[in-house]
Amino acid sequence: MLAALPTQVAAAGAGSFRSPPIDWHAFAPLVVLAGVFVLVLLVDLFTAEHQKWLTSTLTGIGMLGALIPVLTLAVDGGDRTMFGGAFVVDDFALVMDAVFLVAGYVTVLLSTNAIAEGDYWEGEYYQMLLASVLGMVVMASARDLVSIFVALELLSIPAYLLAGWRKRELTGNEAGLKYYLMGVFATAVMLYGMSLIYGGTGSTLLVEIGRRMDGSFGATPVAALGIVFTLVGFAFKVSAVPFHNWAPDTYEGAPTPVTAFLSVASKAAGFVALMELVFVAFYGRADVYGPMMWILAAATMTVGNLIALRQTNIVRLFAYSSVAQAGFIIAPLAIAGSRGSAPDAIRAIVTYAIIYTAMNLGAFGVIIAVSRKTRSGEIASWGGLFEYAPGLTAAMTVFLFALAGIPPLGGWFAKFQVFKAVLSAAGVSGAALAVVIAVNTVVSLYYYAGIARVMWFEPVPDGDRTPIRIQPAVGLAVVLMAGLTIVFGFIPGTVAHFGNVATDLFAAAAGTR
Amino acid sequence: MLLNEFLLLGAVLFSLGVYGVIVRRNGVAVLMAIELILNAVNINFIAFSAMNRDLGGQVFALFVIAIAAAEVGVGLAIVLAIYRNRRSVDLEAVDLMKG
Repeated sequence: MLAALPTQVAAAGAGSFRSPPIDWHAFAPLVVLAGVFVLVLLVDLFTAEHQKWLTSTLTGIGMLGALIPVLTLAVDGGDRTMFGGAFVVDDFALVMDAVFLVAGYVTVLLSTNAIAEGDYWEGEYYQMLLASVLGMVVMASARDLVSIFVALELLSIPAYLLAGWRKRELTGNEAGLKYYLMGVFATAVMLYGMSLIYGGTGSTLLVEIGRRMDGSFGATPVAALGIVFTLVGFAFKVSAVPFHNWAPDTYEGAPTPVTAFLSVASKAAGFVALMELVFVAFYGRADVYGPMMWILAAATMTVGNLIALRQTNIVRLFAYSSVAQAGFIIAPLAIAGSRGSAPDAIRAIVTYAIIYTAMNLGAFGVIIAVSRKTRSGEIASWGGLFEYAPGLTAAMTVFLFALAGIPPLGGWFAKFQVFKAVLSAAGVSGAALAVVIAVNTVVSLYYYAGIARVMWFEPVPDGDRTPIRIQPAVGLAVVLMAGLTIVFGFIPGTVAHFGNVATDLFAAAAGTR
Repeated sequence: MLLNEFLLLGAVLFSLGVYGVIVRRNGVAVLMAIELILNAVNINFIAFSAMNRDLGGQVFALFVIAIAAAEVGVGLAIVLAIYRNRRSVDLEAVDLMKG
């Protein structure tokens, strides 16, 4: 889009502007989401307080409705490129679109009752959620520094508000403020990096940057500085150590459905951006991003797991667990630059992101259902859950062991793919990283199994064995996610297929070199 | 052309902004420090745009200005919510959750 601007301006002459051709089919998911956003805004404006449930229903339908054009685009096949390559709808984008929309839909299911009961401004809540998902869908297709930046802000700014949604409570304020300050600071540093890269390459288009990174500019220290600063912006988004400080406090202070959304969808969006930048723009500079990602991955896994070990609050434990899981997802990026490893790395990251979405959203569904009864976030309050809520206990056990990576539940295949990718790279660094991953998998099993032990074997702390009434929406979310987690584990071919088609992100970029 | 001088100005503003974010304890002052960084970015973009004879950088700077305005709007709202609850915008006091 932007690279073409000067020629367009020159050709346009005396004020005649021709708009670039727009492929409405490729735009359809965005149009649906934006349309539903406006609809929810209007419905919220003209309905009475007791009819606000309409907004949540509409939002849910909208998320599913946006999946329809994603499916038709997938059936149609073929890459669609717009604005001179700044917006691309390829298989990678479609797979990630589907992940974001499904995660958005499940978040709506988890939110419906929690937000309605909590006196929390329902209409605005769902508008912010839609805007954030819209930003993620743009991110999946963005192949230009400007569109990546706009997508990042479109998904982050509503997320800052969602994090601070409980605005009358001090913990809610703190959640919003910490997320906001760290986020904006990281974005500003990222923009400085982008400005250096733009200066050296003269283009904001990722493909063009990739081509010039292979030239003389790529070897300069300025290019290395630009790459590091740009990647740091997204390391914050995926809460990689040492940029993870905001995550536990934000996750604890935000409403729990928002925490689920941030820990899954917002994190996946960060990985999408990291993949676009690494595989399309910076691929030739493996000597810069390789070691950086190696350190980030190893530190994120280890620190996340070690701090998770001594958590007593279930949401905080899941905050650190999600930090640790992010480390596993970053790991393949460390070896992405070695010969022939790029498709393996993309496959591993996309597979992991899909499976992680299913198991983590499911676990948060159970947390929301249980904490509604126990009114406490302490793990001790989960004692004897099996005696009065066997269904939830079974589901939570599935999610916990999936997160730990125990076969045959979904998580094992994700970890297996990461292992395979890391080991496929020749050299010591890949093998060393594999050792770090293996040790961390064992450490994480300790605290995941710890929760399971409390649920199955500890006595009920206050002797209150009244069964938990599970709201239908939360129940549906838990059942859906448990089903996906189990299917992905027993038939890994289903999720592996999505990982395979997503490798066209790299294939398309490599074709232009 | 004065490219180096502009880049130097950008780098100094960037460093001042980072220093401000780390050192200042007042929520509004931190927001101002972040604005400094964003302005350093804009200066960089426009200087590079002139150097490369490419409009892309100027367009990027316009996007940064517009989105920064939205971002600060949200930031001030969050700081205001904190001020209403605590009657202060001291960031050091905003530290209830630990562990």
